[in-house]
Amino acid sequence: MLAFRRPRRCRNRDGHDFIRADESRSRFLKGLATPYNRAHHRFAVFLACWVFLLIIAGALVTSNDAGLSVPDWPTSFGSLYKIPHLVGGVKFEHTHRMIAQGAGLFTIILAVWTWRTDRRLWLRYLMLAAVLMVIVQGILGGITVLYYLPPLVSSAHAALAQTFFCTAVAVALFTGRRWIEEVPEVQMDTRRPSLFTLTLLSIFVLYVQLFLGAMFRHHGMSWWPHVVHAAVVAVVLTWTAIRALTVYSKIEEVRRPAVTLVALMVTQLCLGFLAFLTRVAWGRDAVQPELPMVLSTVAHVAVGALLLATAVVLSIQVWRHVPVSFEERIPSPERKPVPA
Amino acid sequence: MTYRKLSIAALCLFALLLTVACSKKENTEQSENAAPAAQPATTPAATPIDPATVATVSGTVKLDGTAPKANKIDMSQDPACKGDNMAETIVASGGDLANVFVYVKDGLGDRAFDVPKDTVIIDQKGCQYHPHILGVMTGQTIDIKNDDMTTHNIHPTPASNREWNESQPPSSAPLEKNFAREEIMLPVRCNQHPWMKMYINVVKSPFYAVTDKDGKYEIKGLPPGDYTIAFVHEKLGEQTQKVTVAAKDSKTVDQTFKQ
Repeated sequence: MLAFRRPRRCRNRDGHDFIRADESRSRFLKGLATPYNRAHHRFAVFLACWVFLLIIAGALVTSNDAGLSVPDWPTSFGSLYKIPHLVGGVKFEHTHRMIAQGAGLFTIILAVWTWRTDRRLWLRYLMLAAVLMVIVQGILGGITVLYYLPPLVSSAHAALAQTFFCTAVAVALFTGRRWIEEVPEVQMDTRRPSLFTLTLLSIFVLYVQLFLGAMFRHHGMSWWPHVVHAAVVAVVLTWTAIRALTVYSKIEEVRRPAVTLVALMVTQLCLGFLAFLTRVAWGRDAVQPELPMVLSTVAHVAVGALLLATAVVLSIQVWRHVPVSFEERIPSPERKPVPA
Repeated sequence: MTYRKLSIAALCLFALLLTVACSKKENTEQSENAAPAAQPATTPAATPIDPATVATVSGTVKLDGTAPKANKIDMSQDPACKGDNMAETIVASGGDLANVFVYVKDGLGDRAFDVPKDTVIIDQKGCQYHPHILGVMTGQTIDIKNDDMTTHNIHPTPASNREWNESQPPSSAPLEKNFAREEIMLPVRCNQHPWMKMYINVVKSPFYAVTDKDGKYEIKGLPPGDYTIAFVHEKLGEQTQKVTVAAKDSKTVDQTFKQ
């Protein structure tokens, strides 16, 4: 049985609503007609890896207190193209800027490539959104420099970075051979809350956790909200993973991200504890950022990004393979026979 | 057509944000240049003090307890940094506590004081700030020098004054800055070399001092009256003492900080 997109509600000339199920199915089939392009997919994977590297570079800037070592923007020490002497904090900040420029360029290349080769309109618009995201991210980074790292703006910069990373990972998923060519294995979801709802809840709590952590890192908030909320994250993610693995373990596209989610969650909790020890407990009187603190906090940020991306991938795969049963999607008073 | 409008709107927004961001920096620089010129017009006339009646307050600040071992700084991330690599958070020798800022916190009333014309100097040498604790009057010019063969980046993070952040290449001209409002323990750091920290104390009167390595301080020229003397350390906090000085008095006011 094919899984098709959420049917679209339309209104005819008499003012009656009806569901165009045949339209959604034909659109889906048109999506299947997009040919798999190995080079396109590999470039999408490359972009996702590059953005992950950029997140690590950004985390190194914050952990080494180097955010303002290059005091101007968009120039670097007055120049748009000259590379300054890479010592001290400049080494981290300017390297971060150069990797970010690469990310912007590669995103534009992938967007143009997608528009020219991929027939799926929604994917084209997703790439357009990615280009807008990277532009806004660059502006946010500039505002953090010009306004001396205001905590809210710095946290928004961190949150958008991870959103952009999730977008890049999603594009890599959508351009993959398995997504394009294989007929998805489907199992209807009859439990409540649905697994899709749980994955959305997981993404939400991860975003809240990300924001609380970023506010702490940028001295806008104490550490305890982030630590307390970690328990909430653990509960929600465990619930999601248990549901996915116990009920839908036969669907590989659901099982693998669910297992990865659990593994990354455990890793992240351990890294969080280590980061707390090195930064809050032992590092309170440190005269400079020390290597154990830098490594643990950067690893914590990086694994956090992977965790969020995994939750997004799981959500996408659940939407595709574990749909909510059809009757549940339409409010009961409005149910009408679906035209064939 | 929708896509075209969206693209034009996005480009306009980007251009607008870029213009605002760049003009904010220019405005900041303009207001920074204008600040010293505006200062003389708002400063009230100094209250005269009879030099025949002034008193002196001096003393020693001690640390009760064992001084913690100074942390060693790792300067390897910049090969041009060659100097004393010990942190100056708590500097105590034989129980004498250095780097305590001592000032007259209360008792001067509405007296106004002339802003000294001579400048105070902050030197960046051996990738450390010298001095570690500085006292300066509101509006007084601070000359910031760079005697290292590497670029430093001076970034004060005040609570009551205007924040700024500037880089200073080696052998460049000194930066001239001042602070308009009173503020105690204003942190200054270098974003290039994260171990570099110092504190500037901005006060309205000339009655302040910083304890030397023997924990000693001296405040001269104080008019007779009742005062509150504050002793402030970057780590150990603030303690105060009330003192009454008569004409031509020489009072000893010692203070002890506990670990």
